[in-house]
Amino acid sequence: MGKRALVIAIAGGILLAIGLPGLINRLTQGMLNVGWSTPIPWAMWLAFYIYFIGLSAGAFLISSLVYVFGMKRFERIGRLALFIALVSLLTALLFVWLDLGHMERFFFVFLHPGITSPLAWIVWLYTLYLILLTAEIWFVMRPSFVHGAEGRGGKARLYRLLTFGVRDLSPRAMERDRKVVWVLATIGIPLAIAFHGGTGAVFAVTIARAYWYSGLFPIMFLVSALASGGALLTTVVAFIVPNGLGEYQEEVIGLGRLLALLLFVDFLMEIAEILVSLYGTVPAHFIPIYEQLFGPNWWIFWILGMGMGLVGPMLILTFPGRKSAFWTGVAALIATIGFIGIRWNIVLPGFAAEELPGIGRAFMEPHWVYRFYSPTWVEWGVTFFCIGIGALILALGLWLLPLRAEEARA
Amino acid sequence: MYEDLQRALKKPIHQRHWGMVIDTRKCVGCNACTIACKAENKLPPGVVYNVVIDEEFGTYPNVARRFISRPCLQCQNPPCVRVCPVRATYKRADGIVVVDYDDCIGCRYCISACPYGARSFDFGTFYTAGQTPEVAPWDVMPSFEYGEEVQREPGNPWRSPIGNARKCHFCIHRLEKGMLPACVTTCIGQARIFGDLNDPESLVAQMAASPRAIRLKEELGTEPSVYYLL
Repeated sequence: MGKRALVIAIAGGILLAIGLPGLINRLTQGMLNVGWSTPIPWAMWLAFYIYFIGLSAGAFLISSLVYVFGMKRFERIGRLALFIALVSLLTALLFVWLDLGHMERFFFVFLHPGITSPLAWIVWLYTLYLILLTAEIWFVMRPSFVHGAEGRGGKARLYRLLTFGVRDLSPRAMERDRKVVWVLATIGIPLAIAFHGGTGAVFAVTIARAYWYSGLFPIMFLVSALASGGALLTTVVAFIVPNGLGEYQEEVIGLGRLLALLLFVDFLMEIAEILVSLYGTVPAHFIPIYEQLFGPNWWIFWILGMGMGLVGPMLILTFPGRKSAFWTGVAALIATIGFIGIRWNIVLPGFAAEELPGIGRAFMEPHWVYRFYSPTWVEWGVTFFCIGIGALILALGLWLLPLRAEEARA
Repeated sequence: MYEDLQRALKKPIHQRHWGMVIDTRKCVGCNACTIACKAENKLPPGVVYNVVIDEEFGTYPNVARRFISRPCLQCQNPPCVRVCPVRATYKRADGIVVVDYDDCIGCRYCISACPYGARSFDFGTFYTAGQTPEVAPWDVMPSFEYGEEVQREPGNPWRSPIGNARKCHFCIHRLEKGMLPACVTTCIGQARIFGDLNDPESLVAQMAASPRAIRLKEELGTEPSVYYLL
């Protein structure tokens, strides 16, 4: 294992250990000790879920540049993009699963789905996507598995297993694989747009929350997914892959250009949403925006979201990042973290305005708290745990899987 | 109202449309409806089916108050039902929106989707758990929502209705025994009128037709079955 993958694994292990008490509390006590309440029913876990789902959709769509559009420039990082998409998807699903009041009933959505519910649609789409993504990864990596299976030791044994007995590397078989990958990746594009646009639609169709009820929302989800997924991929290539900055300089700088554009489009959409709502002083539109900008959590908008997520990386990418892989990597890293703020501010401000004026003062009971939300240790614990699991899977993949195409030939 | 109720119960279920009219001029903001509901349905802390919103206008000494008491409005086009991913919440033939506790997965999409804040999540709280040496017997008494014995169990988050979305159901269990909802029976000013909106003879249908009648957030197209008289 590369040294950097080891660092990721250790960091993941530490996060997991810190989060474990929170997870245990969540599993034994249910939602008794969470900070969210009936008036703020979706909070930190939902924000992280859409964050990771966005990372997955973004990384996957970027991989399609290679596998659908045949862009030679990014060919060497195609596998990594696919694997990041898989890891992010699994992390996201873990978050949303732990967020359910009755985790053990999740499969009801397959048994008796509500066909009018965007939430049901996206669960079905995630499932399809998970199958498709796994299959695509297998087809892309199969030649490397076959090559790797020849040696001795544990890794060769694993690769022998992973070939599933399909060892044919003749030009005809390779051509067939290439076609299968193309078909899968091509189906994947509308699928990724559907499931992530659908995740946006979960929010956008909610007439009760004027902040979400906007046709721009699903589109914003897609653009910011591409931006955040691109940022994570760039970060991983630049800083986690051994000698990434040297060996993959071209790819990192190329991704940086793409990232700058995506960040700019996302920035425009954010500004459009904010200015329109601020200008018209309709309370249901105005309060969520006002709370974001000037409320107690102003820093999530200004520092994390706008500063680190959008404007900061845009500036770095335009000036020092244009020619330097290192600075591009730095910008991508900052953006990857900053996007957590953007995701947070998609979910939480939706609940800033009372459904009926004065309802927040009508009642005084635990878990019936309007406007105020602060995550508890249980929520932090579960969050650390899920991210830890994601980090561990990532490290495991970096260690075991042929994520770099040239590894196969070596 | 009792006669209206008996008449409605003789009809097949799909011909009834249970509805309510709340006369804001008669409401004094005493919260008797809220308390009756809590007691009738044995609602734990944080689970609130009925609220009385107290609004104040103006600055002292020129102040006016208004009370809006709000059960679930039992929308005929309910946004909460449309978004349920597992069909655990649905509208009955008589217009009442119900939750099947055994099907609900606790995703809380319905809570987000309700424009009236009428749904609650059951976090598994009890009034006396952790506060006194023992959980008080009255704290674990079953309720009879939906005509079933609904038993909450302290410390067991896997057992419904803990971990579910819950809401006002116009006391179906009482209606089907020929009784009015608890909040209607208890209202000291008789501000709440209940009955079958499909029956033109009923008091509720006549009051709902009054020019004083409005419905909350009518512009959302939710078609509530609860009317307010201004």
